Amino acid sequence: MTLAGYDLILAGRLNGVSLALEPGQVIAICGPNGAGKSSLLASLAGLIAPASGAVELEGRPLATLPPRNRARAIGYLPQDGEVAWNLSVETLVGLGRLPWDEGAAADRQAVETALTALDLGGLRGRPLSRLSGGERARALFARVLAGTPRWLLADEPLANLDLAHQQALLAQFRALAGQGLGVVLVLHDLALAMNHADRVIVLEQGAVAADGAPEAALDSATIRRVWNTEARWLGDHGQRALVIGPTSARVP
Amino acid sequence: MTRPVITLLVLLAIAVPLSLLAGRVWIDPFAPLAPSALTILADLRLPRAALALVLGAGLGSAGAAMQGYLRNPLADPGLFGIAPGAALGAVLSFWTGMAAQPWALPVFALIGAAGAMALLALIAGRGGSVTLFTLAGMMIASLAGALMSLAISLSPTPFALSEIVTWLMGALADRSWHEVWIAAPLTLVGIGLLVAAGRALDALTLGEAAARSLGVSPGRLQALMIGGIGLTIGGGVAVAGIIGFVGLMVPHLLRPFTDGRPSRLIVPSALAGALLLLIADCLCRILPLAGGELRLGIALSLLGAPFFLVLLLRMRRELP
Repeated sequence: MTLAGYDLILAGRLNGVSLALEPGQVIAICGPNGAGKSSLLASLAGLIAPASGAVELEGRPLATLPPRNRARAIGYLPQDGEVAWNLSVETLVGLGRLPWDEGAAADRQAVETALTALDLGGLRGRPLSRLSGGERARALFARVLAGTPRWLLADEPLANLDLAHQQALLAQFRALAGQGLGVVLVLHDLALAMNHADRVIVLEQGAVAADGAPEAALDSATIRRVWNTEARWLGDHGQRALVIGPTSARVP
Repeated sequence: MTRPVITLLVLLAIAVPLSLLAGRVWIDPFAPLAPSALTILADLRLPRAALALVLGAGLGSAGAAMQGYLRNPLADPGLFGIAPGAALGAVLSFWTGMAAQPWALPVFALIGAAGAMALLALIAGRGGSVTLFTLAGMMIASLAGALMSLAISLSPTPFALSEIVTWLMGALADRSWHEVWIAAPLTLVGIGLLVAAGRALDALTLGEAAARSLGVSPGRLQALMIGGIGLTIGGGVAVAGIIGFVGLMVPHLLRPFTDGRPSRLIVPSALAGALLLLIADCLCRILPLAGGELRLGIALSLLGAPFFLVLLLRMRRELP
């Protein structure tokens, strides 16, 4: 049931990345700007064909899957949040059903489930132009959920969201992982990755610099090496905060 | 069927018979038909109405699909370079003097449209990038425009020159069933291709990356668009010259009556385009104008420019 990439090479962006992702986990991809995070996510989603190497979904090369089948298995939430036309929330969420051909009843039910999961029931008829930033992010996320994917790949889903919306979406990601989905997030905020991910993959110049449990993958030494920043973690497991700056009394 | 489709069908059912009565010679529907009136109906007005319906449907649906594809409410099918390509072909038929043959003009125009389509596909490549596609279309449009000007400036006879200029303005006057049989099948197949692209256009609402993640193949979509726009627009230009603004205005007017998805706009836009062109052509026919009738292409551009201005002003107000 894994999503795996082998020796992924993409000129100037990925430099031989190999990893196997297990479902049922929240996996964060971190790294400085230009490290190849988005490229890796798009490769895993089958949107960019790597120059060499292969992505395999449940043992089958992604490139050989018909696009519709791939779309049913992997939901992808891009960072830009573009919606060209002023759709209603319900119509937008319904776009997530495009890869499916299971009839109107199944579509309606999946849309309903997604709207309920993100607490959008009361906003279903509202046009996107009249949503707040947080509501819009929830609607875009519900669009992906309506496609009932087995893997959820999201590029910076928490950027530009206030604290409450971040926490609400993180709770959703956790619940989805609990249902057996593989959740892969590109995250800039290291504290969010530290506290909410089961596994963190740190990229540096297109290669994996660290990979493992958050405490191990994001230790001070890695942050110094990859981000070129002195920093240390305060607090307890699940509630850690990152403090930037040199320190005299190094906390382990 | 959705409400806009039903409304438009009803309006067409009313407008088509009325349009047959209107013209320089008004036909009284309650009086017994004179033989001359019968000739006017069967040989002049019916083919002209059929042509207006076919061309309008093609222009409307092409505009709707085009705006969906470019994700831009100001897109017009003319941007793709197919209409200028077809017009260049037609101009060459005048230039070479071949236009005297009844088949030559449409065939030359269709070859021009096909050439523009092939060039588009070749330049845009197999990646299906919308940006590349748009730029290629603009390049072809300006090349065809330049070649057309060259042909006009090197025009062999003043007679050919006036023929070219008149033809370029677009009209449905003096058309027969011959033109209908050329344009109708091409337009119908074209609209079919655009309807087939509807699902992918809906996905494209979310941007190119999200559309691909929803299983859209950009190359297939691009092929459908080139084929669909090429047949509807190319077929139209081949028989009636360039008629602008219908493809821009119609989808724009209808969008508020749909749920906003591009797929839901294609068929209503075809019907509304047919209605608009039918009415506009009738008005051209009725308007008393010294020295002949107002040309349809000119009339629509006269109508279209203020429409575009209103759009721009409204957009300017909405921008911060």
